[in-house]
Amino acid sequence: MTDALLEVTDLRKCYGDKVVLSQIHLTVQPHDVVCLIGSSGSGKSTLLRCLNLLEGIDDGVIRFEGREISDPRVDPRAVRSRMGMVFQAYNLFPHLTVLDNCTLAPRRVHGLAKADAEQRAHHLLERFGLSDQAGKHPDRMSGGQQQRAALVRALCTQPTLLLLDEITAALDPELVGDVLRIVRELAEQGTTMILATHEMAFARDIATTVCFLDDGRILEHGPPAEIFSDPREERTRRFLARVLAAG
Amino acid sequence: MSELRSSAWEPSRRELERRAVRRARARRDILVATVALVVVLGVLVVGITSAPGWARVRETFFNWDEAKDSFPQVIRGFGKNVVIFLVAEPCILVVGAGVAVIRSTVSPLMLPFRVLAVVYADVFRGIPTILLVYLAGIGLPALELRGLTTNTMWLGTGALVASYGAYVSEVFRAGIESIHPSQLASADTLGLSRWQSMIHVILPQATRRVAPPLLNDFISLQKDTALLSVIFVFEAMFSAQDYTNYHFNYTPLVVAAVLFICLTIPLTRFTDWVARRMMRREFAGVVK
Repeated sequence: MTDALLEVTDLRKCYGDKVVLSQIHLTVQPHDVVCLIGSSGSGKSTLLRCLNLLEGIDDGVIRFEGREISDPRVDPRAVRSRMGMVFQAYNLFPHLTVLDNCTLAPRRVHGLAKADAEQRAHHLLERFGLSDQAGKHPDRMSGGQQQRAALVRALCTQPTLLLLDEITAALDPELVGDVLRIVRELAEQGTTMILATHEMAFARDIATTVCFLDDGRILEHGPPAEIFSDPREERTRRFLARVLAAG
Repeated sequence: MSELRSSAWEPSRRELERRAVRRARARRDILVATVALVVVLGVLVVGITSAPGWARVRETFFNWDEAKDSFPQVIRGFGKNVVIFLVAEPCILVVGAGVAVIRSTVSPLMLPFRVLAVVYADVFRGIPTILLVYLAGIGLPALELRGLTTNTMWLGTGALVASYGAYVSEVFRAGIESIHPSQLASADTLGLSRWQSMIHVILPQATRRVAPPLLNDFISLQKDTALLSVIFVFEAMFSAQDYTNYHFNYTPLVVAAVLFICLTIPLTRFTDWVARRMMRREFAGVVK
């Protein structure tokens, strides 16, 4: 066995006849920050959803913490209790306060006592500048606050791997900074993350590896300096020229 | 794209192993489901047939000859249930939607109608349907109003429409209120009048959203057509009772029950199908 945290080998995913991911190879070591870039529909979100076992795969192997999680005999809930995921649309539970959103899984899944779960949540909320929001319902908060709360909710279960699916895509530009600051902080503390993102400058800054997805394949991957300044593939070059010009 | 679709791909050995595991699990699930079903049904059948009065019940409720003998009469009655249902259903939709729309108006001119709509919904939801049917069938003809039919079948149908219209209006109202205010706002900004927004924007979305509870009410209505037996309409229930009174055997009631089930089960499955299709459409990609 390798000591990689996550290892994806030759993953393939189809919807009916349409192949949405193929020949995906990806290795994530502890403390890595992997950024998935590529145009919409290139398969970034689908890949993250496959890793979290929200989508079944059609071929290939996913190993997480040394165990094959693409085995049908593996309990997906056990995997997800070690892997956090944050969505583009926050997906906070609207009927619960922020604090209850954050303590739900620690209490119900991980069996933490209420007081311990709340203490952990308060601690994280404070770090993310949300300590005064704990009693509020998500709909009363701004998008940036909601997305930070969603991050806290994912972190409250102390996952070993964090999957972030375009978490700033639905935010106003001025709110993006708040969220990215937190992700950067997490990266600096050594949190292992895989994130799908459209924020190229940010990816360049914090990523240890950047993967360029095109038409369901990882066309090119490497350290950000290499991908952004000297891409090997013509298509990567075209994509970067387009998004960097727009940004 | 073309290279992705290449036929070169063959499932790996690991994938084939996984498929074998999945197939084995599917087989095991089917086996478990079958065993569970057989055991539960077996216990039920044994429990009922070993009851002390079972022989008597079988003779009086499940007599095959009586069933065959009474069937023509019961099915003729059942035709009326179907007609009542088919006539009442569209009327209920119109009444329900109309009352709901009136209740969601804001114009001061509409106030009296709003009050009437509220009173209607409150009163007719408050009275038991069987009582309404009775009052309509017995009370209305007693008024001796010119032009009002004395046919109890149509009077009873009217009572069903009044009762179910009140229920359905609340279902529609819930649907209308569940449409986010931003929809009304964007209709406003396009210059649509309130009435136009309601007809073209709000009501279509609301109807789609309340389709499952509406169909649920219609399944209920199919069965409640049997309430018209209290005002001597010769529908399935009354026909069955009539036969029972002459032959001292309750089998026709079971025949009527089976006929109702034959009518409601397809509609129930249809309701499930509509609900699932809507889920798939509105949450594309998330719900399979």
